[in-house]
Parts: sequence; structure tokens; C-alpha cells
Amino acid sequence: MGGIKVDLDLCTGCSVCADHCPFGAIEVKDDKAVITDICTICGACIDSCSFGALSREAEEAASPVPDSSGVWVFAEQIGGAIAPVVYELLGEARKLAESTGSEVGAVLFGSSMQDAANDLIAYGADRVYLLDDAIFADYHDELYAAALADLIQEEKPEIMLLGATTIGRSLAPRVAARVGTGLTADCTGLAVNPETGLLEQTRPAFGGNIMATIICPRHRPQMATVRPKVFQAAPKDPARKGEIVNLKSPEVALRSRLLERVREQAENVNLDEADIIVAGGRGLADEKGFKLLSELAEALGGAVGASRAAVDAGWISYPHQVGQTGKTVSPKLYIACGISGAIQHLAGMQSAETIVAINKNPDAPIFQVAHYGIVGDVFEVIPALIRELK
Amino acid sequence: MQIIVCLKQVPDTTEVRINPETNTLMREGVASVINPFDMYAIEEALRIKESLGEGEVTVLSMGPPQAEASLREALSMGADKAVLLSDRAFAGADSLATAYTLAAGVAKLGEFGLVICGKQAIDGDTAQVGPSLAEQLDVPHATYVRKVQSLEDNKIVVERMTEDGYEVIELALPALITVLKDINQPRLPSLKGKMRAKKAEIPVWGKEDLDVDEKLCGLAGSPTQVVKIFTPERTRECRLIEGSAEEQAKVLASELKKII
Repeated sequence: MGGIKVDLDLCTGCSVCADHCPFGAIEVKDDKAVITDICTICGACIDSCSFGALSREAEEAASPVPDSSGVWVFAEQIGGAIAPVVYELLGEARKLAESTGSEVGAVLFGSSMQDAANDLIAYGADRVYLLDDAIFADYHDELYAAALADLIQEEKPEIMLLGATTIGRSLAPRVAARVGTGLTADCTGLAVNPETGLLEQTRPAFGGNIMATIICPRHRPQMATVRPKVFQAAPKDPARKGEIVNLKSPEVALRSRLLERVREQAENVNLDEADIIVAGGRGLADEKGFKLLSELAEALGGAVGASRAAVDAGWISYPHQVGQTGKTVSPKLYIACGISGAIQHLAGMQSAETIVAINKNPDAPIFQVAHYGIVGDVFEVIPALIRELK
Repeated sequence: MQIIVCLKQVPDTTEVRINPETNTLMREGVASVINPFDMYAIEEALRIKESLGEGEVTVLSMGPPQAEASLREALSMGADKAVLLSDRAFAGADSLATAYTLAAGVAKLGEFGLVICGKQAIDGDTAQVGPSLAEQLDVPHATYVRKVQSLEDNKIVVERMTEDGYEVIELALPALITVLKDINQPRLPSLKGKMRAKKAEIPVWGKEDLDVDEKLCGLAGSPTQVVKIFTPERTRECRLIEGSAEEQAKVLASELKKII
């Protein structure tokens, strides 16, 4: 087992590495660094040491990497409609396939999905693995996991990407466990290292305060879920050619069933797929404040988000909550109104492309992550903004 | 019925700060807490037991010896039993190896009806251990559960939050669910609970105590490896828009029109 090794002759006990350790896993005892059990071998300390006293212990002889090829995308569908993140994954998969010289595969489960399968080819798939069967119309954890795991074991893709959606985040870990491979959650960056040929998967951790790059060196496929809105959607080319491979339904004894699927929320709550989110916090004072906020969201064609304080106060329902105990979003535009910007809220939205903060307290931490700031009263600025936008 | 709650001890992020000079996380003096989502899992387990009028709630954690404090806190809320899985061989585990070790812990606890996990841990944010554990225990699962509608002898009906609403799912027991904040309001420990928790014996199970292959535990059993950790650059400059509310709105509106 590899680990971090301290060269006691070189270590001066300066404790710089302890300060750099994101996990608090280094202690300095008797003027020497000691790596404790909670070390995750992330290597952050190695670069921080000016004396070259830290290194990664050599790994045991590596087991051979299984044969595999192809970059695959799981083409999630709800009610027969392909999720928008799928097109983003196809765009990224094409880039990865070109850098590894392999094919792009798309896996589509559903009912009457022939047209959608052709669409996936137009958006960049070389081959679509289609399981068209009425029992696959709605997502089902056990059924989908069995079918996807079987297909992976049969066809041996090198890379398997899924959207970090409700479905993707439930399906991917189940499949990874069945196949016995690694899985990286919520990636925001993917690249194939030209030297090692390995997929380098970058993701935020600690609420986006640190970024980690993760590899899966000896297991295949290299699996990752990818956040919606991170990558550019692939362009559609109706002239593209590809192959559709029809699959048979697996035989699975099911222990769970979907009784009902309910669409209950207004249009303005699908935060995961929204390009624009207008969010409110304690500064909105009450439900009426959120009514005003909804008008702004409508003027911009965006969804409504909220801080935990506003949800806990009962001004708006939980599906709108952004932040550590709510949703993590990365829209093109995020307008934070009357939100102070507690670290838990920032964790859920700081990767937005453009952030606007409107708050009466000029020292509010939200301004530290904002691109545009307005120090002012939300009840004056928002109505004025709605008038300007109309 | 035995209900098992998996919990993780995490650093309290309300206290984590970034050192502006080194651009690294400052963890000194940062307290450890029960992962917030796991608090809802504990509460839900207690409520289910109370509504059934029978059963036992066991809290299970894998972590360093210090994680015992979090288990004790769960006991003070009313959990009946706690077990810590701790061994050097378990350290450095990714989500697959963590779920593997937890599955061995669950197996040793014996027959169970339900495993409840929080939706995700706030330090790693992966949300992978729950479904992975369900697979390794060979039981059905539902993620993002916001409500338990009913629980009868051999099945549970839950509401699972989706992007645009919810699904009602029926799972045959034994099963695993991961829960959201929306599901309940966790109780505070009672004085009696605290007294009991203080005295409680918390067994620590290592690799010798579990039916595990050491090669599948901890770092050795983790297919994924962290190769680099870095702090995202924060070069962001906030452009403050001055003036009256009308003027501010005008400037902002024209900037927004450029973006959207």
C-alpha cells in the first residue's frame, strides 16, 4: 500500500506541510512531521515541503489494467425526453475520444426511443446501445443498474460518463459497485493525460473550497458523474452517421417499484438545469419578498433559488434551497438578493459563471465571490431592475 | 426490526476558513461534528422505531478513533447501540472501499430491516456511499428521500425528490434509503440520553473482527486515487455599481443584457 513517507533526515519540523494538509492529517512531534491515520494520500503536502522530505511511497507491483476502449455516455431520459446534460456529455466525450483515438458510445434505456437514438448520433455518438422496452420507460434503480452493469461487463468501455443528476447520482454508484470500479462524483473538469493515458477527473470538495484531481488507474471503466452546465453541449449534425445496437432486457427479480411520479413544482424550481437563477435570503424579509423575487426571475426567464435561512423561515420550499444542505448549482448567471453569503451558501453557487450580489451590508461575504455588486436596499433595487429589464 | 444508521464525522465547515496567504484550508481548532445530513438519518430512524413501537436503532461509523464522539452524540439523541469501524487498514478509503467496509459492519450486526444514510457528506459531497452500500448489501435503495409515507412488516413506501417533483417508490425490506434535510427536524439530546451515552460502551471493530479482505479496504481497496489537491484561484474582483437604486438598476440591466 502506498502512503506518504517522511524522510526524517530532511524534515526540519517546520510544520508548513501540516498547514497545507487539507485533511489535518499531519502532526509535528519531536520536530518531525508525522502522518496520521486520516491521511488520504492526496499529496498536497509533497509540493509544500521546501526540503523535499515528503514523498509518495512506491506502490506495490501494479496489477494489469483490463482491456477496454470507447468513451461512453449514459443518455438519461425522463418521460422520453433526453436530459440536457446528455448533450454536454456527448460534447465532452467527443473531445476525450479524439484524444484517445476511440469511439463515442451512448447508452439509452427507455420506451419508443428510436428517434432519440438517432438524435444521439447527430449529437456525436458513433454507436448507440438502445434498450427499447416498456418496462424501461421510467427510471428504475435495480433495472437500470442491472442493464448498464451487464452492458459494461460485456462491452468493456474505457470511460463511462453520467450526468450528476438525481438519476445519475443514484445509478452510477450502484453500477460502479457491481462492476467493481472507481467513480468520481460531480466532476467539473475532465482530461486525458497524454503520458499516462488516464482520465484526470477534477471535482470540487469541501464545498468548493478545494479542488481535487482524481484518477482511476487500474480499474475499468473510469467512471465519473459530471455536473450539468459545466461543459458545452455538442452541436447537432443531422448528417452524422452511426450505428444503433439493440439490447435485450435483462432478467431481474425486482424488489422495488415506482408507484407514482409527480410533477409538483412550478417551472421556476428546476435549479439544476437553469441558466439563470435569482436567489433570495433573509434580506427579503418574508414571503412577499419572494413574490417580488419571482417577478424578477420571470423578467429574466430564470429559476428562483433561496438561502437556507429563507427556507427555514418557511418563505419558500426546500427544493429551492441552494447550498451545502440544498442544491449545488452552476448557472450562467446567479443573482443573490439579500443573501449575506455564509460559507454553506457559497458552497452551492460559487461556480456560477457570473454572480451578482445585491445586499445592504457592504461587508457581506457574498461580495467576495460576486462579479457585480450593488450595495443597496433589495426592495428598491429589484423593482427598479424589473422596470429596466421590461 | 433493526434500523442501522450510517454516519460520518466531518469537520464543521461553519468554522473552516481559507488562509488568505497560503490559500489553504485552516483546520486548526476546527471542531468535528456529525455530518448534517446524517442527523436527519438518525432522527428518521428514531421516529420509525417510535411509530413501530418496537425495534432497535444502531448507529455505525467508519473512521478514526475520534469518530467515537459522534457516535456518542447519536446515542444521546436516543440510538440504542453504536459501533465504530476503525483500523489503520480502513484509512484512505474512497467511496467503494468505504461502502465495502460498512457492508461488512452491517453484516456483522445481523439481520436488519432498513439502513438509513444521509444524502451525502459535506466534506466529500459524493453521495456515493449510500447506493454503493445498497449494492454491496444486495438490497434495493432510494436516494433523496424527503418523506417516509408508510412502513409495514415487509415494505416501505417513500417519496424521493426529483428535479421537478417527486416519485413515490415502494421498496421491499430489507432496503436502504438516503435522506434529505426536508424529511424532519432532528431532536436535541435529552439529559437522560446524555447520561446514558456517556456510560455506553462503544465496540470498535477492526479488520480482524470483520469478514473482510484487507486488499479491498482502505487505500489498497480504493480504485480511485487523489493525485492533486489545489485551491481554486480567487482572483475575482467585484465591480461595485454605485448611485441611486434607479441608476444602479440601469447599469446592472445593461450589463445583464450583455450576458443573457
